[in-house]
Amino acid sequence: MEADRREFLKQTGLLLVLTGAAAQAWDFVLAGEPEKAPTYKLLDHWWAMAMDIRKCIGCGNCVRACKTENGVLLEPDCFRTWVERYHVHPDDPEHPEVDSPNGGYDGFPEKYKAGDGSKNFFVPKMCNHCAHSPCVQVCPVGATFESPDGVVLVDKTYCLGCRYCVQACPYGCRYIDPRTETVDKCSLCYHRITKGLTTACCEVCPMGARKLGDLKDPKDPIHDFLKDHMIHVLKPEMATGAKAYYNGLDGSVR
Amino acid sequence: MESLLHSVQGYIYPDELQLQWSILIVLYPFITGLVAGAFILASLERVFNVEAVKPTYRLALLTALAFMIVAPLPLQLHLGHPERSFEMYLTPHTTSAMAMFGFVYLWYLMVVLVLEIWLDFRKDIVLMARASTGLKRALYRAMALGSDNISERSLRIDDKVGKFITIVGIPSAILLHGYVGFIFGSVKANPWWSSALMPVVFIFSAMVSGIALVLLLYQFVSWYRKTAVDMPCLDTIARYLLYAFIIDFSLEMLDLVHRIYEADESFKTLDFMVHTKLYFSQIILQIIVGTLLPIGLLALVQLVKLTEQARRAIYGAAGLLTLVGIFAMRWNVVIGGQLFSKSLLGYTTYKMGLWTREGLLPAIILLILPFVILYILVKLLPPWDEARDAEATRAER
Repeated sequence: MEADRREFLKQTGLLLVLTGAAAQAWDFVLAGEPEKAPTYKLLDHWWAMAMDIRKCIGCGNCVRACKTENGVLLEPDCFRTWVERYHVHPDDPEHPEVDSPNGGYDGFPEKYKAGDGSKNFFVPKMCNHCAHSPCVQVCPVGATFESPDGVVLVDKTYCLGCRYCVQACPYGCRYIDPRTETVDKCSLCYHRITKGLTTACCEVCPMGARKLGDLKDPKDPIHDFLKDHMIHVLKPEMATGAKAYYNGLDGSVR
Repeated sequence: MESLLHSVQGYIYPDELQLQWSILIVLYPFITGLVAGAFILASLERVFNVEAVKPTYRLALLTALAFMIVAPLPLQLHLGHPERSFEMYLTPHTTSAMAMFGFVYLWYLMVVLVLEIWLDFRKDIVLMARASTGLKRALYRAMALGSDNISERSLRIDDKVGKFITIVGIPSAILLHGYVGFIFGSVKANPWWSSALMPVVFIFSAMVSGIALVLLLYQFVSWYRKTAVDMPCLDTIARYLLYAFIIDFSLEMLDLVHRIYEADESFKTLDFMVHTKLYFSQIILQIIVGTLLPIGLLALVQLVKLTEQARRAIYGAAGLLTLVGIFAMRWNVVIGGQLFSKSLLGYTTYKMGLWTREGLLPAIILLILPFVILYILVKLLPPWDEARDAEATRAER
């Protein structure tokens, strides 16, 4: 009886705290096999990220949340996501002034005066979870791979630490974690999204400047986002099939 | 970490603060290049019947083997998890240039080099097994792999098979080093590397460095053993060095002219890098000291009649400068390709450690090691003709 009550409270609690789907998947998540949960089917999803540069205020919440959620080292050369500040003179768009102090972790100290005739904006950056990832292509052992639901992941128990993928990523999204001597990168909070949650960075963004989207879900608002805005990806000439879609991406952004 | 931040100019992506490929990765194409070059020189005699280079044939083969044994060591030392490196053979990722290189390496080492050397030295090994006693005898017996037949007929078969392997070996050597070039040339994210010319440039620079190394080693060995240098041989090698060098330099200049003329989005960034951070290693060391000067010296010998002694001095200097130049070339490719940001907005600096795992000291040790291995190989399998004759007479007695 006691056990039954405990079970009831646990299930009700889970239902209250998590979404229905996530509550159902909880046991599988605990077992370390979220993909086997009946509610999460790999082939039913195709994850992407919608970023709105016009909404980003450079608060750095996403950077901090990412580091906390994923246990990323608090070093200035270890980032799964970071924010860049662009300062572009309209008459010289090819030479933007860019900075990202500590990846935007501490926010951005004021640097530019309003009304100086320049254009200022923030660009959140992260792994583009490319459909044709150059990093996946070069991994000598297949330790980094594209999951069937469109996420580029790393098997840390298999990674050699050869760093070829770091060289191959055009966006600078990979680094070597000195604790494991293996590569690390954004996992799109795979442990969360397979439970029906959103990523840590999206969760904490006060402006809704970054939103996780499921391109295979016809009801996902990302379809409207892609339809209603002029969308661009970073370095389209690299033909990586990048799935981080930006609204308001200036031509000066690299 | 603070000092790392200070070494940055302009803007680089935060994760680019870590410079991934160190001096050890510079050594890797340098060493494999020496292997491929030394082998191609050796095969000149066998396949193309260039009799003049015969005195260096076996020395070149052993040199190639000594360097080949060391080639994977800098890679191993560089890996975050060297204990997992064998996975490249067990579960290779077929789209990865690096994974496939493992097989090219194994093919080249075992099928081409070891087999060719064994076939070429088989008679010597058998004779030495017969002439020696005790442990030495057991060693040579083991190396003979149970063969004892050195009849005319069996040696003819050795020669035929050996020639066939050399013929297979030439494309293999080209594949080996072309492949190293491809590892860099196929990285589209990096404009300094991404070029279809890269594998071709690597092949010719490999030939240049391998020929220069054998040229130096042959002179050194002759001096050390107090034997006469075969001047026609030395002149021929030097001539081949000049030819290979001219092709190599033309290809590199083609790449440069192409970049300057196209002047794509990366050009300004790379141009700035060559004029600042890479100025000494690229313009001074690689192009002027390591290429134009040795080409000039080698060309001088062709144009002016010089004494034997002067020629030898010139060959020595040209050989050394060539090796410096090719090392600088590898450095400029590997390190240069990481000094600018993929944002094309900034630059970083490479700070080489001294005693660290990927520092200068391990690099120096890895460069000395092939010579130690070569010394042992030469002791084990003397590549000199007179050694072969002496063994034969001793065995007959």
